[in-house]
This record gives sequence, C-alpha cells and structure tokens, in this order.
Amino acid sequence: MSATLFDKSRPGRPGYRLPAGAPPAAPRLDAAKRRRGPVGLPALSELDVMRHFVALSKLNHSIVSGFYPLGSCTMKYNPVLNEELARLPGFAASHPDQCAQTVQGNLELMWRLEEALKAITGFAAATLQPAAGAQGEFVGMRIARRWHEDHGAARREVLIPDSAHGTNPASVVMAGLGVRTVPSDARGLVDLAALAAAVGPDTAAVMLTNPNTLGLFETDILRIAELVHGAGALLYMDGANMNALVGRVRPAELGFDVMHLNLHKTFATPHGGGGPGSGPVAVTAALADYLPGLRVRRDGERFTASRAPRSIGDVHGRHGNFAMLVRALAYILRYGGDGLADISAGAVLNANYLQARLRDLVEVPHDGLCMHEFVASGRPLKKHGVRTLDVAKRLLDFGIHAPTVYFPLIVPEALMIEPTETETKESLDRFVDAMAQIVREAETDPELLRTAPHTTPVGRLDEARAAKELRVVQPPAEG
Amino acid sequence: MSDYPETYRYTRNHEWIAAEGDTARVGITDYAQGELGDIIFVELPAVGAQLKQDEPFASIEAVKSVEEVFAPADGEVIAVNEDLDGAPETVNQSPFSDGWLVEIRLADAGQLDGLMDRDAYLAMVGE
Repeated sequence: MSATLFDKSRPGRPGYRLPAGAPPAAPRLDAAKRRRGPVGLPALSELDVMRHFVALSKLNHSIVSGFYPLGSCTMKYNPVLNEELARLPGFAASHPDQCAQTVQGNLELMWRLEEALKAITGFAAATLQPAAGAQGEFVGMRIARRWHEDHGAARREVLIPDSAHGTNPASVVMAGLGVRTVPSDARGLVDLAALAAAVGPDTAAVMLTNPNTLGLFETDILRIAELVHGAGALLYMDGANMNALVGRVRPAELGFDVMHLNLHKTFATPHGGGGPGSGPVAVTAALADYLPGLRVRRDGERFTASRAPRSIGDVHGRHGNFAMLVRALAYILRYGGDGLADISAGAVLNANYLQARLRDLVEVPHDGLCMHEFVASGRPLKKHGVRTLDVAKRLLDFGIHAPTVYFPLIVPEALMIEPTETETKESLDRFVDAMAQIVREAETDPELLRTAPHTTPVGRLDEARAAKELRVVQPPAEG
Repeated sequence: MSDYPETYRYTRNHEWIAAEGDTARVGITDYAQGELGDIIFVELPAVGAQLKQDEPFASIEAVKSVEEVFAPADGEVIAVNEDLDGAPETVNQSPFSDGWLVEIRLADAGQLDGLMDRDAYLAMVGE
C-alpha cells in the first residue's frame, strides 16, 4: 500500500506560507465548538503533493485511460468544453447564498436547463436540486406519497419489477412506503398479467426503468400506463437508461408521471469519483407544486428563485450541484436536438454491434435487438470452473474496466455491458478480442483467470475480509 | 463439493431441513452458498420467533448481494447458530453441518413430505 500524505509529512516542510500580519479575528463560536488542538494538516512541499496525486492517478482507471463498459452507468466521455465552461469565474466563484440580482446569469442557466430537460422529457416542470439518481427516486416517491395524501388516500405500496436497480426498493423504503416485486416474463419484460394482479387501491406508484436493466425497451409501456392509472397510481420512470432514448422518445408521452434524469450519465457530467452527481426530477403539471427546493422563474427579463407551494422540502443545499448543471447545459446546447438523437442512436448501435459479436463467445439470454446495453451470461464458462467474476478481473489485465457483474439478479452470472456512443468500432473490436482470448483461456488455463488480475497495481482482493474488517486510519493529531 | 445428505429435505429456494422427531435444523444448500460467494454476515431471528413456510426468516449477506432465506416449514425457533456471528464463512465451508442456521420445533412434520429429496433437488439445480 502506498504511503499517505500523512506518512510523507515532515514538520516544517509546508509548500505554502500564510502572509505575515495579524491573524483574522477569531470567529464568533462558543467555546465548546472551538477546536482545541492543532488542525493536523500534513506538511509537504508542493512538488511532494503533485507527485503524490499524479502517482495515485496512475493507479486509477478512467474513461480517458481505457474502455469502460460498466452497464447501467453510461460511462461516456465528458467533453473538456464542459469543464472549461464550468470554470468560468461567474459560475465557479459565485456563492449559493448570493442574492438573486447578483447571480442573474446563474439563475438564467438553471432556467434554461429546466426548459431543455422539459423539452427532452415532455414533462411540465423539473427540479434540479437532487444530487443523484437515487435521491431523485426518493424525491419521486415522496411526491407520490404526498400527492395521494392530498387526494384522499394514504397509499402505501410501490410495485417494482424484479429487474430493477437496487436503489428503487431502497428509495421506496426511505420514503416510508412498502415494496412489492413484480416478476419479469420470458421476454425479460414486465409480466403484464402479474402487474395487473398486483396493482390495486393501495398502490401508490409503479417504478419502471425503460429501457429496463436488460437493455430491453418495455414495449407494453402504453398498456402498463393504462393499468397503473386505471388503479389511481402514479407511474415513475427510473431514467438511468435515458441515454437510449434521448432526442427520440419523451417519457411523458409514454404515460409516465414523474422521472429522474442522471446528468452524470446521459448528459456527460463527471461520474463516480470524478465529481458529484446530479439527478433532476421532472413531473407532469399535476405534480409540479410538490417539487423540492428552489425553482427558478422567469419574470420578463428577471430571474427569481422560490419554493413550490406544496413542496416536499429540500433534499440538498440551495440549488443542488450547480457546477454539474453548467456542464449539462453546455452539453445539451453543443449537440442540440438532432445531435442528442444521434447520441442515442450511436449508443444503441454500439451496444448491438457488441452484442452481435459476443453472442457466440458467451450466452446472451435475452437475445434480439437491444437498446443502449445488453446482459450476457458467463454461465457457459462454469464448466471450466470459471465464473463471471474471474472474467471481470481478467479484463483488467487488458486495460479494460469490467462490465457490471451479477446484475440484474434475474440473469445468472450476469455481465451487463454498456459501451456508450463515445467508443469507436476499433475500441469495441479490442474488447471483443479480449473476451475471445479470455474464453479460450477458460478452457486452456482456467487458473490464470481465477487468479487474475496480474498486471494491475493491486492483485485479487479478499473482498469478504475487506467487508468484514473495516479499518479507518485516523490522521495524526499533531500539526 | 459438500455431500448432500440423503436424509435431508430440500426446497426450491435452496434451503435444507433435517428433522429429528418434532425438531429440525435448517440451513442453505451447498449450491446456494456457491452461488452467493463469500458470506460476510448472517442475520438470524430471535429464539421464540415463529416461522411460516415459504416466508423469509433470515438474510445472508455476501460480497455482492443480500439474499433472504425462506422457511422450509412452519415452526418456532428454539435455537440459532450463534457461532455464525463471528464466523459467517462457516456457511460457505460447511453448509450442511456446522453452517446450520436455526433449529425449530416443527408445527406440522407432514409439511416435509411436500419438499424435495436429495435426487430431486440435485436434478433441479442440474448437478
């Protein structure tokens, strides 16, 4: 394990000196809240710090170091232009608590982004406050709960297909509602008969991911919306897979009442360790009064921010992760409506190309045209004592990030592959070549796979031990 | 692979039950522990809890997922395997003996007749 900044710290070696002069006035904090000891920051030269972080960055894998087909995560390239615009001082140096007349440009940006998201989704209103997809789901469920309470019945149950992202049931429970699972049928789609049997007077909402986590479009969606609305329930769309639809299908027109978008997936803002997420929630006019947070309004040439009358409350400070909103709007304006439609077409084409080329190497249980991703199964390799986990680990040796594995749960030994539109045919072909070699190795040298990865900075981890023995290193207290 | 005891009964949810008189031990099968992978936590009911056939009574957390365990039969929990608290991996290592989960007093021993025998279970999982 490499040394931490604290290990490398040497007293008296800071790379930065505070200017001489009187220290700033002591803050007005009561004594109990004041720090008693030194801050405990490590002391290093600037060069030490640069080397430290550059060395760490070399241990990492990211979209700019190689292919990253992590299913359901849409690890597309994040254009540099977005970064440049987010760093404009008017955006980057403003404070969330500044009064409205000093940040008109920022408010206008949020207003324009909301307008763009409304045009893309077909909905009447959106909040930009949620910080992630799961938080968007939580917002959607709180809105559903409140809406039913306002309309005569405290409905308590939410129906979720068995292929759903794990965040769906978690968000439902966090929102104080109960979960009921709806099975998928042999096509990999929602079992309509089972849904019809399950939906009823206690159903608050049905959560659906479309296309679903198998990468399949729910072709019965209009019938599903009819069933759900017939029972007086709301239809929620998990928009994690919007990259397959953007510029082509407006979810509101499919019958959804509320959805979240993942700006860090579909709209190319940084993902994972690269930056905070952003999960705007869009709703029909009937639900607009329940949206959380501050919403920007245009009043002639002026922009103001205020709260919706029946708002469920705040789910984040002020305007959410504002810098992500800048990046997302930059992306949308750069490509425009036609460009966004090309993006979803490219995402679907790349996924189908990979699926067609991998079909003979691994199993594809729900074969046929897919949307922006598909799910393969490593089951044929089990006869060699090789599992999907071993395939995933071996891919790292090829400089390729593993696909999502063991999800969705309804496919055994699942490999969920989402190439995104930003990959070339050459990089897709390199992935297929790597998979072909791995399948050959499963027959000829399975031990090589079971002990992979071999070329990464860290080898196979003992995940069970890591989960059981949590050790948190505390930085030293002395300055 | 662990040997599947011939005297046990098996469920389609991959539990086993071994009856002795009106009490029985319950656990998960070798196939189930293999599918789960490394187990890191086992959550068991309290002694005295009432189990109902086909309803979840415990959960097993592996590295990648948490799965519920379903009761093979109705009954009252009279003992739980407390060793699993510190050593949940025992379920991986010895699913059919040391890795047992709970012991119950059977409400209706006849329910076991509706479960699979070893050969039927092995045929179901294709082993």
